[in-house]
Amino acid sequence: MSAQLMILLIPGLPLLAFLLLGIFGNSSELLKKYAGIIGTSLMAISCFFAMHVAWGYFTFNNIFQANYVPNIVFKYNWLNFGSGISIDMGAFIDPISSMMLAVVTFISLMVHLFSLGYMKGEERFGTYYAFLGLFTFSMLGLVLSANIFQIYIFWELVGVSSFLLIGYYFNKPSAVAASKKAFIVTRFADLGFLIGILSLGFYSETFDFQELIQRLTDHQSPQFLAISAASFVGVSALTWGLLLVFVGGAGKSAMFPLHIWLPDAMEGPTPVSALIHAATMVVAGVYLVARLFPIFALSDPIALDVVAYTGIISALFAAIIACTQTDIKRVLAYSTMSQIGYMMFALGVSGYGGENGAGFSASLFHLFTHAFFKSLLFLGAGSIIHFVHSNEMEDMGGLRKLMPITHISFLIACLAIAGIPPFAGFFSKEAILHAAHAGSPVIYYIALFTSMLTAFYMFRLYFNIFWSKEATHSTHDNHGHGEGTWSMKLPLLLLMVASIGVGFVPFSHYVSSDGFLLESHVDLLFSIAPVSLAVLGIVFAAYLYRVKNNKPDNIANSLGGLFMAAKKKFYIDEIYLFITKKIVFNLIGRPAAWVDKNIVDGFYSMSAVVTEEFSNTIKGWQSGNVQGYARYFLGGIMGLAILLLYVLN
Amino acid sequence: MTPISITHILLLSTSLFFIGMYGFFTRRNLITLLMSVELMLNSVNINFVAFNKYLFPEKLDGVFFTIFVITIAAAEAAVAIAIIINLYRSHQSIDVEDAGEMKF
Repeated sequence: MSAQLMILLIPGLPLLAFLLLGIFGNSSELLKKYAGIIGTSLMAISCFFAMHVAWGYFTFNNIFQANYVPNIVFKYNWLNFGSGISIDMGAFIDPISSMMLAVVTFISLMVHLFSLGYMKGEERFGTYYAFLGLFTFSMLGLVLSANIFQIYIFWELVGVSSFLLIGYYFNKPSAVAASKKAFIVTRFADLGFLIGILSLGFYSETFDFQELIQRLTDHQSPQFLAISAASFVGVSALTWGLLLVFVGGAGKSAMFPLHIWLPDAMEGPTPVSALIHAATMVVAGVYLVARLFPIFALSDPIALDVVAYTGIISALFAAIIACTQTDIKRVLAYSTMSQIGYMMFALGVSGYGGENGAGFSASLFHLFTHAFFKSLLFLGAGSIIHFVHSNEMEDMGGLRKLMPITHISFLIACLAIAGIPPFAGFFSKEAILHAAHAGSPVIYYIALFTSMLTAFYMFRLYFNIFWSKEATHSTHDNHGHGEGTWSMKLPLLLLMVASIGVGFVPFSHYVSSDGFLLESHVDLLFSIAPVSLAVLGIVFAAYLYRVKNNKPDNIANSLGGLFMAAKKKFYIDEIYLFITKKIVFNLIGRPAAWVDKNIVDGFYSMSAVVTEEFSNTIKGWQSGNVQGYARYFLGGIMGLAILLLYVLN
Repeated sequence: MTPISITHILLLSTSLFFIGMYGFFTRRNLITLLMSVELMLNSVNINFVAFNKYLFPEKLDGVFFTIFVITIAAAEAAVAIAIIINLYRSHQSIDVEDAGEMKF
C-alpha cells in the first residue's frame, strides 16, 4: 500500500464509519446492533496506519534520525483566487503532526473500546459512534492540514462534532444549554481566528503554512516588511494577526477568559469528555500555536508574551477553582484547563532553534503525556460514574476495594499528573519548568506553585473517591455490572501502561522547534523543588481527606470569601451573563429588535395593508354577472375607439 | 338591375350587429345570449364578404375569412351549449343571473 493512500485512509476510515453509521445506523437493525464493533474496528485499522506512518516518519531503515524535515504528502488545489493565492487541501507530515496522528488515533481507539461497555443499551448507540467517527475524522484532518484555511475548516468541524456530542443527551436541558454554550463561545473565538487568518493571508499573500512561515520569518522579504509596516491602533498588523489567531486557539483550548464552556461541556457522555475535552480537541489551540511557532518566536515577541501570560494565568486560575469543585468531572475539566495552560506558557517562554527551543519540545511533550493520563483519568471517572450513578464526590468514598482496577489506574494517573517520578507527567513537567526557569522567573514560580496545587486537588479527588469513608455500595447494589465489561477495563489497563511508560520516550530528540535533535537532560537537583512540593500537596490532601473529618470545612470557613469565590468559579460566568444580558441585550439587542419590529416589519405591513384596502374597494366590480362584464368590455372598446378617432388623431 | 350599393349592405350589417348587442345585454336566457352572439358574428361575416366584393374583387381573402368564422362559431356554439347543459344540471336553470357564483 502506498504511503499516500495510507495517510488518506487515516482520516478516511473514521469518515467512513461516520457516513455508514450516521446514514444507516438507526434504520438498519444489523448496523445498529454492530455499530460499536464497526466503529471500533475501523478505528483500530486507522490507528494501526497512523502508528505505521508515524514510525515510518521518525525512523528511516528503522534508525531514528537527527533531523526531520516536513513532508507534504499530497496537495490538491481546491480554491484558486488567482495571483498565487489559493486554498489547498493537503496532508502535511512533520514531527508534530505525526506525533498527533499517533496520539489522536490511539486515544480515540481507547475511547471507542471503552464506549462499547459504557454506552451499551443507549437508544442512539449508532449515532454515538457516528459522531465519534466524525470527530476523529475532523481532528485528524486538522492535524494533517497543510494550509491555514484547511485547518480552519477542520477546526469548525471539530467544533460541530463537539457540539453534537456534548448535546448527545438532547432531552436533558442542561446538556442542551452546555452544547450551545460551547458552540457559541468557541464560535465567537473562531471569529477572531478567521480575521487573523485573513490579515496574515492578506499581507503574506499565501495561506500555505510553509510559505507563510518562510515569508514571515524572513525579515527581508517584502511581505514581512509590508505586514510590520502596517499598523492598527499602534500595534503592527503582524501582531494583530497572530493575536487574533491565538484568540481562536484560546477559545478551543479553554484559555482564560474563554474557558467558560469547558466545565459545562462535561454534560456529554464521559468517554466523550475523555476524547474531546481532555486529550485531543482542547489541545488544538496548542497545536495551532506550535504550527505557527516560528512566526511567533522569530518575528513577534509581543504575541508570544501574550501566549505565555495567558497560559500561566489559566493554569493558576483553573488549579485554584479545581480545589473547590465537588463534581468529579468538573475537577478534571479544570485540571485539563490548567494543564493546557502549562503547554501554552511553555510555548510562550520558548525561543526558536537549538537549546532555546526547549520550551517548544517541552510543551508538545506535555501535550503527548497529558493525553494519556488525562484520558485515563476521565475513563476512570467514567467507570466510577457507571458504578455509582452520580458525579458528586459526596456519593462516593471507599471504592478502592470494590473497583481494584479502576483504583490502581486512577492512582497512577494522579501520580502522573502530579509529577511524581517515574510516571509520565514528571518528565514533561520537568521539561516545562526547566524552560520556564530559563525563560521567565515569574512564570517559573507561579508554575511551581500551580504544580503543588495540581498534586493537592488531584489527590483530594483521589482520596474522596477511593478512601474518605466506608463503601456504602454493597456488591448487590451495583446492578450486577461490577467494574464493567472487559472492553471498559482493557483501555484503562493500556492507558495505565502508557501513563507509566511514555515519559521515558526521548521526546525532544524527535520533536523540536527546528527539526534538529535536541538533548533533553534530567537535572536531579532541579527536580527537588517541584517533586517535594508535589509530595507536600499529596500529603496535605491525605491529611485532609483520607478519613472523612471536618478539617476541610474548617479551612473553607476560615478562607471565607476567597473559598466562595473559587467555588463559584470567580464569577466569570456571572460576568459573562451580566455583559450579555444587561449590556449587549439592552444596548444592542433591544434597539435592533425595535428597528426590526417597527421599521423593517412596519414597511412590509404597510404595503400589505395598502394592498388589502385597495382590493377591498375594487373587488365589488367582480360581480359574477356576465352581462356586467360585457358592459365593461363595451365601454372599454368605445373608449378606445374615441381615443383613437378623436384624441390621438 | 342596378347593383346594390355598399352603403346598404353596411347598414344591414350594422343593424344586425346592434340587434345582437341589444339582445346580449338585455336577455337573461343563455340560449338567447348565444343566439345574439351568433348575430354579431354574422354581421361581421357580411362585412367581410361585402368589403371583399367591393374593394378587392380579384381576391377571395374576405370570403375565406368568413368560412373560418363560421367554423369557429360552430365550434363555439357546441362548447357553449355543453356549458349551458352542465349549468342547467347543476342549477336547474339557464338564467344568466342565477349563475353568479364566480365573484369575489
